[in-house]
Amino acid sequence: MTKKPIIFSYKQLPEEIDIHDFKNISFHHHLRNGDTVLNNVLQIYENEHVKKLNLFPSAIFPAYTKILDLLKNNQINGITTNYMNGPVADYLSHQPLPGKITMQTHGGRARRILNNQTTLDIAYIASPYVDPYGNAIGYKGKSVFGSMGYAIADAQKAKIVVLITDKLIDTKLEDPEIDGSYVDYILQVDSIGDTQGIVSGTTQITTNPIGVKIAKQTTSLIKELGLLKNGFSFQSGAGGISLRVTENLKEEMVHLGITASFFSGGITQYHVDMLEAGLVDKLYDVQCFDLAAINSLRKNTNHMPISASVYANPEDPNQVIKDLDIVILGATEIDYDFNVNVTTDSHGKIIGGSGGHSDTASESKVSIIVSPLIRSRIPLIKERVTTITTLGKHIDCLVTERGIAINPKRQDLIDKLSKTNLPLKTIKQLQEEAFKYTKQPKKLKKYDTMIGDIQDRTNKIIDHLYKK
Amino acid sequence: MNVSAGSYESNDCLITLEPAAELECIIHSVVKEQFGEQIELVLKQTLAGHNITHVKLVINDKGALDYTIKARLETAIRRMRDLDE
Repeated sequence: MTKKPIIFSYKQLPEEIDIHDFKNISFHHHLRNGDTVLNNVLQIYENEHVKKLNLFPSAIFPAYTKILDLLKNNQINGITTNYMNGPVADYLSHQPLPGKITMQTHGGRARRILNNQTTLDIAYIASPYVDPYGNAIGYKGKSVFGSMGYAIADAQKAKIVVLITDKLIDTKLEDPEIDGSYVDYILQVDSIGDTQGIVSGTTQITTNPIGVKIAKQTTSLIKELGLLKNGFSFQSGAGGISLRVTENLKEEMVHLGITASFFSGGITQYHVDMLEAGLVDKLYDVQCFDLAAINSLRKNTNHMPISASVYANPEDPNQVIKDLDIVILGATEIDYDFNVNVTTDSHGKIIGGSGGHSDTASESKVSIIVSPLIRSRIPLIKERVTTITTLGKHIDCLVTERGIAINPKRQDLIDKLSKTNLPLKTIKQLQEEAFKYTKQPKKLKKYDTMIGDIQDRTNKIIDHLYKK
Repeated sequence: MNVSAGSYESNDCLITLEPAAELECIIHSVVKEQFGEQIELVLKQTLAGHNITHVKLVINDKGALDYTIKARLETAIRRMRDLDE
């Protein structure tokens, strides 16, 4: 192994790399709202007036405001990402790019990078703990963030790979997440960001009575479907209701004396507690949602960081979620065909994106949407969602505070539940219930200037984004 | 003197009333596109039910349901009448 050249400041980047020539640049979002690498790198692109950039950040958070400056300077041609929220998303909802927005999934992004459909020129990878040979891990260092899952494909395929770190060690790292053989440069900086910024507001268990009720019904549904048995696998994400379901399942598991085989996806304190209590054998972690998850990754050998490809790439032979029994997911909107929107709000503004939503819904044996029927007077259920994030054929159950709807395509589930006491309703009946409280909303005008694509993990374009 | 009731929080609304030469309703709502007409209807019906015709009403709504809007307005009306006494 050879030692990698070290760059000592962001300003030195253009001396080493022809940033004007390589237009497709990628970032990962593991530091979430605490990341400072993306803004600092893009500051150099602003200073150097680089034009026609194509950005490939795995997600865009509110703090990533340097993108906004580059947009206003007309330096960006296209943006490909899996999720975006905040000022950049607001701006892009109103201002078309010269190219377009492409929304991908976590698995779909890795798939396209690894099979060369996406060409990455430079990957800028924030890395908390790096050795002189370019090996890196995310769960040690000054600015830890845990799993480096979303950056692995970028490291393997980008023409130039730059690790940005605030902790360069002298000795060789064993068993790294990023393999140094892919790495070209190490950029040493004072700080890559603030670990506290990875904790998002949503990773709190709900105590809202509506959320508590939905979680309780979901737990009953899982039991009645016969899914709660020894060796089952489960993914919950970090939504407040989903975490409540996780807590409820924990009690049930202790009561029944069963254990789970694995939990996957984004990992929180709640999942770690169950690992340490011996209730689940393995955690497959593509992203740490809190500090407890990072600490666990460091000390628990059965808590493993995995790449986005191993997590959710349908072409990866080791794909974890193909063995997933149950996934709990959220929805901003759901429609008569069970299509789910978590990408835009009902007014067409971009507020999120799939992340792993459609990956896990596609692969899991049973996918369950948990959501209140009404949020700030907006009914959850629409005749047609504003934007399709996940196709209805992958969505099996909807649990709300006023009943459960099963996708008619899953007659097997409906049969299983027919003799239970669960409040089963059709999705249209649930919509009627909501309208009793909200009244029928007036249909909003349709927008027709296309500004982007929603790309499924299968590579199909399943919907478009429109300028507001 | 104006009076108000409610809060500018999700699923609630803040309603302010002040005496005026005629009836005026100013509606700010996150769901105005979908429910603006319905909100106006509830406000006007509630005011009419209390025989109020000379008032300027401002509502800042964050998705309150009809019965919340009505309750907030009735409280504001009572506060206005308490002030008059």
